Amino acid sequence: MKRRTFLKGTVASGMVGMAVSAGLLTPRAVLAAWPESSFAAKSVDAAMKALLGSTSAAPSSAIKIKAPDIAENGAVVPITVSTSMPHVESISILVAKNPSPLACSYNLASNTEGFISTRVKMGKTSDLIAVIKAGGKLHSAKKTVKVTIGGCGG
Amino acid sequence: MANKSIRIRAKLKGGETEVKSLMSHVMETGLRKDKKTGKKIPAHFIKEVVCEHNGKQVLLAQWGVAISKNPYLSFKFKGGKKGDTIKISWQDNKGESASAEAKVS
Repeated sequence: MKRRTFLKGTVASGMVGMAVSAGLLTPRAVLAAWPESSFAAKSVDAAMKALLGSTSAAPSSAIKIKAPDIAENGAVVPITVSTSMPHVESISILVAKNPSPLACSYNLASNTEGFISTRVKMGKTSDLIAVIKAGGKLHSAKKTVKVTIGGCGG
Repeated sequence: MANKSIRIRAKLKGGETEVKSLMSHVMETGLRKDKKTGKKIPAHFIKEVVCEHNGKQVLLAQWGVAISKNPYLSFKFKGGKKGDTIKISWQDNKGESASAEAKVS
């Protein structure tokens, strides 16, 4: 059974390799959507403008940010953003005082819950800002996280 | 068949599927300096993660250098049945990629 599964895996990966080289599964098409200028933006406003087209997001108590009050290690700060809002289209997380504030952004399918949990790097004590696009409008919430040892390097 | 660079756990809980994943990746910011040479270590990070449920994309994650090393990602979606396939694929700034699948339990 194991051998069969192993062989299946090899054939499958071989096929994918062939498909990629044949240009059928062009990774470039997927990466073209990566918002370069948003990730390069040096301020929260610039990042929001580039990514979402606007800097105004209504503060919302329907967005919960779960993150430690004090992060011992700025290189690994767990954050969970959740909301009960319906029709969530995207969730973006920014670390206000990082060299490039935009940490990540998620595009959700219609049946995907407004819930994202991940771990981010924080250079120093800063606000974690969650911006949620739901029903075509922007909503936000933030939480201050104190960082004892910065996690951006250098 | 298991791809060690991405671990996936997918569980059905009360009508929704919760997926937790852990990916192996250095997620180098490009800001760190090599202590010996003093030169900056080039950025090497996952830019995009595509999460699919039975072949349909449920989540597209766009990441920057601020995602921690060995990234953790958890998300949920309505629906899903035991045995359904969850597939997570990533691509980084050097064009490297990986993907793995798991069944909903």
